[in-house]
Amino acid sequence: MNITVKLNGIAQTIAVEPSDLLIDVIRDRLGVKSPKYGCGKGDCGACTVLLDGDVVRSCLVLAVEADGREITTVEALSMEGPNDVQRELIRNNAFQCGFCAPGVTLAAEELLRRNADPTEEEIREAVAGNLCRCTGYQQIVEAVRTAARSRRKKAGRKRRPRSGRKGVKS
Amino acid sequence: MSDLKVIGKPVPRIDGEERVVGAAQYVDDLDFGPNLLHAEIVESPHAHAEILSIDTREAERVPGVVKVVTAKDFPYTFGLYMQDRYIFAKDRVRFVGEQVAAVIARDPATAKRAAERVKVRYRKRPFVLDLKEALSDDAPLVHPDLGHYARCPWFFPRAGTNIAHWRKTRRGDIRKGFAQADFILEDTYTVPRYAHCAIETHAIVSLYDHSGRLTLWSSSQSPFTQRNVFANALAPLGLSHQDIRVISPNVGGGFGGKAGVSMEIMGAVLGLAVKGHPVKLRCTRGQEFYNTYQRQGVLARIKLGATKDGRMTAIDHKLHWDAGAYVEYGANVVNAAGLSATGPYPIPNIRIDSICTYTNLPPGGPYRGFGYSEFLFGLESHVDRLAEMMGMDPVKFRRINAIQEGDTLAYGGKMNPSGLREAIDRTAREIKWGKKTRPSGPNKVTGKGFATFWKAPAMPPNAASSAFLKFNEDGSLNVLISGMDIGQGLLTVMAQVASEVLTVPVERIRVETPDTDRNAYEWQTVGSHVTWGCGNAVKMAAEEARDKIFTTVHRAHGLKKEDLYLENEEVRCRTRKNFRLPLRDFVINGIMLPNGQFRGGPILASGMFMPEFTSALSDPETSQGGKPNVHYTVGAAAVDIEIDRDTGKVDVLKVVLAVDVGRAINPDLIRGQVVGGVVQGLATALYEDIRYDKNGKLLNANFTDYKIPTAMDTPKEIVPIILEVPQPDGPYGARGVGEHTMIPCAPIVANAIYNALGLRLKSMPLTAEKICLAMNGIDYDEVKGETMGLCFMGDPDTYEFSTGKTR
Ligand code: FES
Ligand code: FES
Repeated sequence: MNITVKLNGIAQTIAVEPSDLLIDVIRDRLGVKSPKYGCGKGDCGACTVLLDGDVVRSCLVLAVEADGREITTVEALSMEGPNDVQRELIRNNAFQCGFCAPGVTLAAEELLRRNADPTEEEIREAVAGNLCRCTGYQQIVEAVRTAARSRRKKAGRKRRPRSGRKGVKS
Repeated sequence: MSDLKVIGKPVPRIDGEERVVGAAQYVDDLDFGPNLLHAEIVESPHAHAEILSIDTREAERVPGVVKVVTAKDFPYTFGLYMQDRYIFAKDRVRFVGEQVAAVIARDPATAKRAAERVKVRYRKRPFVLDLKEALSDDAPLVHPDLGHYARCPWFFPRAGTNIAHWRKTRRGDIRKGFAQADFILEDTYTVPRYAHCAIETHAIVSLYDHSGRLTLWSSSQSPFTQRNVFANALAPLGLSHQDIRVISPNVGGGFGGKAGVSMEIMGAVLGLAVKGHPVKLRCTRGQEFYNTYQRQGVLARIKLGATKDGRMTAIDHKLHWDAGAYVEYGANVVNAAGLSATGPYPIPNIRIDSICTYTNLPPGGPYRGFGYSEFLFGLESHVDRLAEMMGMDPVKFRRINAIQEGDTLAYGGKMNPSGLREAIDRTAREIKWGKKTRPSGPNKVTGKGFATFWKAPAMPPNAASSAFLKFNEDGSLNVLISGMDIGQGLLTVMAQVASEVLTVPVERIRVETPDTDRNAYEWQTVGSHVTWGCGNAVKMAAEEARDKIFTTVHRAHGLKKEDLYLENEEVRCRTRKNFRLPLRDFVINGIMLPNGQFRGGPILASGMFMPEFTSALSDPETSQGGKPNVHYTVGAAAVDIEIDRDTGKVDVLKVVLAVDVGRAINPDLIRGQVVGGVVQGLATALYEDIRYDKNGKLLNANFTDYKIPTAMDTPKEIVPIILEVPQPDGPYGARGVGEHTMIPCAPIVANAIYNALGLRLKSMPLTAEKICLAMNGIDYDEVKGETMGLCFMGDPDTYEFSTGKTR
């Protein structure tokens, strides 16, 4: 059957089987490779994409479920160079092997879209579905926190009061 | 060395951007066009069986199937240090999940469907999972042909037994040493297997083109070693190194799991089977658990003696390793531990037996720490207990015995410069040793634990590194190495080394992932040695380039070479203040003379490093006489934990880890290694828990049942302390750090649990369940049931091995 999706802003119509998974269609048929295979079972988050702006595991979604919807992968965030979250992730050396990076970056972006002033716990919760074996998450969390701050500053918003959690001293 | 410009600076990774914008390509991301075929593996359902027949006819009839491959097509053995494996199981299978055949088809679903139609008839044979059984006199033999396998000269297998290698280290007089001791403690510790769990599973694409060229795109820490192993294994087909090319794009995590050759050997021959077609083999998450490498299990029996003033006098350390069905790489883990299982203490009287035992479980192999994580759990738990027996503070006990430069090592060599004492002191200070943290609730209790650690790279004495360097017209440059960036940041660090010599900013230096046709040789990216080895090669290449630059300027301008220096990408001259020649003006096109002729040309350079001072040859009965290790990196770590008395759950409040890196070329990347390694190590200590059933089948080969840390499972605080006692033969004094941050994590937790509760847990992992049982006076060994995380079905204390007699 044919489905029509808008992938990173471009509408595409493509014939799929009812059993085709979204991850395979995005990667092998539409040629966008940033969502990765890590487990195929929804456990690791490497295959994360945004579906109509929400975080989903593309290995758990059938391609037909995406019909008429908008898919965003990490490539879309950096059309004019890395966006603010990405810049902070780069500056903080947040990733090591980088295999989890597309998924983590999308999860962070989605968090900041719905919560401009997340606590450290909220940041950790937002990326908790994205396994990273390399980094221990510390530099990722620090980067997202800084990105949130700079995004708020740009939007002229204030920080909400709270008690923090201790991080790595350096 | 205070005038260093780039070395020691926390520069951002040169490959940071490509990772977060989705541009970084891993093997599975490469496009091969419509000709690409996919392979699926047919696996053994038995831990040990004879293969009676393989009927592939039905599978071959499935539409879309191109070929089915078995050992008949490629009846060759392979292995890094010992050739004990067939590419596809031949005549017998030795673990559940072993490859028996592979189906190549147009698409993955067809390959999978057809693989189910390959009919293999087996005759089951008795199998061994339990170490005690494997080492008993009437054990079923996993490898009846053990005596005939080709192997490296420092392995000592015992034909007719399951002992694949036995590293013996002897020094001093063990009996006298224990006679001198006022206190002696003897006990047993067990460490189960663990899984690496890189988020990228192994993947390889293989293309045997019509000209007879075999190209492999492999997710590997070891492209050159892979090429070498492939060339050796496939020599009967007339293939040699020049016919084989291994390209390794980005690797999505290694941790040792992507070192050497495991599933990739299948990839290599699948390409050969379908000339002209690229074939992809990608591990499922499950296969990643059971058919790449696992960390080996170990049962350690330790006897340690000390005088009442705190001097360790003797150690008897027996390590019995469950190495699995094939040990072509894993036996070297056993070897490394057998040379260093004193820990960082120069004990005068030593007896170490490190015994590599075949079992019918998945192959063991390298994992971050390479044997040291495994033996340090027992040893550093034991050191704490002996200190308590003596009535001495365990940190003081460690400090008294801490190894220093020039001390004699277990195998007779001398210790390199080392900041161990400083590491101990600073760690103790930072964790506030001796002061209990106030528990956060009435049912909570806190405790602190301490450990020291050390580790040397384990590599052949001729493991070499090399580098090419070339300039571009704009004065930017490319460094071509085959050290792999597996996340640690090697490419960035190598750019820093080249930048320091040539003054070209790091952002203007490209260091790309390896291709054996084009990049310079590197043995493997393992053992935390590439910053050191590859760094030396890059530094040498950069210095050679600098020399060529000066030669060019000398020839064109007549200035003396010794007066020239580089600054901000320009050649300057000490004797002519206003002389400035930007590199970009001449590093490709040369310098024009007044007569219109040119001098110079493209600046190219190379560098090479091999640790010429090492040797693996020594007396097999004592290990004395050689110099197997290049140097040790040392450090200390401590933890502060809180335990919930109701649930046994451990909350990690703070971890301190001090490590002597010689020189921190990029402190921010080292911080990444500390945080990442500590989190990975704590997970092995606290909850990663591998389980097999009684028939040797892995039960939790997925992330639902084998839990690795999420962002919610990290310590509240991790404090890295970086020490810099320079390594004389390291680039700018640097030595390795990648593995070391993981290895002390288990003993610090065990010691902290004891400190909090007075309970000594001697088998990893130290799960909430075990702690809870122990609090209620229940012996875990009695209730552990039939799924084993390790091959110790019985009570470990009852394990006495008859390794002395063996047939
Ligand atoms: S691949 Fe989809 S969650 Fe792991
Ligand atoms: S950086 Fe390697 S998995 Fe996250």
